[in-house]
Amino acid sequence: MRHGRLLIAVLLCAGLVISPSVWAASDVINIGFPIPLTGDNPDVGASSKNAAEMYLKKFPTVKVGAKTYKLNFIYEDNEFKAESAVKALTKLITEEEVLAVVGPQASAQAVPAGEIANNNATPMISPWSTNPNTTLNRPYVFRGCFLDPFQGPVAANFVTEELGAKKAAVLYDIASDYPKGLAEFFKQAFEKIHGPGSVVAFESFTTGDKDFSAQMANIVASGADVLFTPQYYSEVPLIVRAAKENGFNKPIMGSDSWGSGDLMGLCGDDCKGFYFSTHYAAAGARGATKAFIDEYTAAFGKTPDDVAALTWDSLGIMIQAIQNTGGLSGDLKADRTKVKDALASIKDYPGITGKMTFTPEGDPIKCAVVVKINEQGQFAFHKSVCP
Amino acid sequence: MSLNFFMQNLINALQWGSFYALIALGYSMVYSILMLFNFAHGDIFMVGAYIGLGVSLVLLKVVGTGAAALVPGWVVLVATILISMFLTAFVGIIVERVGYRPLRDAPRASAAITGLMIGIILETSNILFLGGQRLAFPQLIESRTYNIGGIFITNKKIMIVVVSIGLMLALHQFVTRSRWGMAMRAMAYDFVVVPLVGVPLNTIAVMTFAIGSALAAAAGILFGLSYPVLDPYMGVSFGWKAFVAAILGGRGSIMGACIAGFMLGFIEIMTVPGIQIINRLFALNIGSNLRDLIAYSIVLAILIFRPHGLFGEPYSAKLRL
Repeated sequence: MRHGRLLIAVLLCAGLVISPSVWAASDVINIGFPIPLTGDNPDVGASSKNAAEMYLKKFPTVKVGAKTYKLNFIYEDNEFKAESAVKALTKLITEEEVLAVVGPQASAQAVPAGEIANNNATPMISPWSTNPNTTLNRPYVFRGCFLDPFQGPVAANFVTEELGAKKAAVLYDIASDYPKGLAEFFKQAFEKIHGPGSVVAFESFTTGDKDFSAQMANIVASGADVLFTPQYYSEVPLIVRAAKENGFNKPIMGSDSWGSGDLMGLCGDDCKGFYFSTHYAAAGARGATKAFIDEYTAAFGKTPDDVAALTWDSLGIMIQAIQNTGGLSGDLKADRTKVKDALASIKDYPGITGKMTFTPEGDPIKCAVVVKINEQGQFAFHKSVCP
Repeated sequence: MSLNFFMQNLINALQWGSFYALIALGYSMVYSILMLFNFAHGDIFMVGAYIGLGVSLVLLKVVGTGAAALVPGWVVLVATILISMFLTAFVGIIVERVGYRPLRDAPRASAAITGLMIGIILETSNILFLGGQRLAFPQLIESRTYNIGGIFITNKKIMIVVVSIGLMLALHQFVTRSRWGMAMRAMAYDFVVVPLVGVPLNTIAVMTFAIGSALAAAAGILFGLSYPVLDPYMGVSFGWKAFVAAILGGRGSIMGACIAGFMLGFIEIMTVPGIQIINRLFALNIGSNLRDLIAYSIVLAILIFRPHGLFGEPYSAKLRL
């Protein structure tokens, strides 16, 4: 690493000598990326860097007001550790004098790093962190993905519009935070659309249960049009099986927890034809999303994961905010605040993972992707659903 | 509760109770003969399921799958059950040889914690060798769901209940009709005096463990067919609940353990619609997750009125097996 940094330093110095335009610091916009290039999860760092490099190649300059600036991206390794994330971010803000920060990715680093960014009044956007604390009471901190509870309304809207459901059943693990929260958010959202009592069965179990036949008998007897079950990939096969065996042949809807782990390996044919909501789907993508996927695949030889797609969008919305300031003063402190204000007021930014508008808390109101598990067992893009 | 709804739950309860009954038999037999609780038994159920997984994958590789298969799926299933029962019996024998025989004269408490430790060793070695991720059990026979007048029955449910009851009846015949069975019953009567008249205690102990483990393996494979996700800790809660069934059935009673197993399944499953009815009647909002709380409170109440179990008799009285 030391030699790597030395090499970068030499190259940067060479760059300074060769291109006089870089001499004038005001002609360059520095953006920092505190990402895990080494450590437990280097794939996350690689995906972030790939997306950023691809962006830089496509848009090397940015026009702010009347002036054209050169973009300069600085990647700082946070080793996928909280303490390194703090150090990396402090270095980017105080030494590298970045205008804005894109990263860190995971909540474990983004929550402590957000504190530093906010204290130093530097706009930061974490593309991938879903923990509410990342942005909570931190006006300078934003995120590029939706929060977990947000999927409740998404699922409620989807089953209403797409599947025509009027009565819904929910089956969830009451002893686990994520499913419990999501089940309650779904119930609220669905009853808001269809009136109280429209969630006709709200069945629960506890972690480790294997048999859902009794709950499923209740669900079948309730006459629900759809079953929402925000469970993990290890429980979904058992739930889906219980549904089939007890004569529930209506659609089943899940949340992004379905996509983690080896769902299809465990579930096989039983899960085909069902839906779940998630951040982004590579299979069956259309329009700008497909263009991004093709370009990325051609450049790096692999399909972009959700980190790459969310980094692309987060970077894009940050650049958009810089442009929306209408001109930079050259005073870094004032400019950072200007960018923060511009970022907070962006409406309907057209990202490849959905349209984005920030709440006052810095969390995007964005559309989720609903995927359908197709006959080949792939998670294919089905529809973009907004809350 | 309409009749259909009741019947649906009854069928589900029969399937669920089959697993409890098969596992409870292993507990009950060891307890009757050696006066100790084999707490590793739930984990032997887990090991049986994993052995079944391995055996069926090997068999499927040999005979092929789908249209190219040499023999139909049910042949593979029968072979898997028989081979896995045989192999798991050896696991039971090893457990007895390593964990219990050296401690036969030790205090009962020591023998009881041996079971707990062997259970933990089995769970963690599974994680060590197989990585701890969940595995899918191959579905050897195609699932078919029949709709009989609004009641949904699958071919697997019928098979599970029939095979379980068949195994229980076979065991009952063995214990009541054969010479070895007679030796086991004698040992259950008094395991200090009976060896003095020439019945080999070690052989009987090994046989008891082997039979109990083989039944647990059968339960594991049947479980894998209807709940196709295996994990290293699947045996823990099953072990506890089957142990409850064994005690509820009464010491030394094979029929008692079977009936108590089915009863436990029935109470557990029926608690869920029961909660729903109570919610409707009293406008309450109790979640179905309280199933185990309510179900086992009922079991506790039964034990208060029948402390020796449903078919057990007070100590020192005549014991049957």
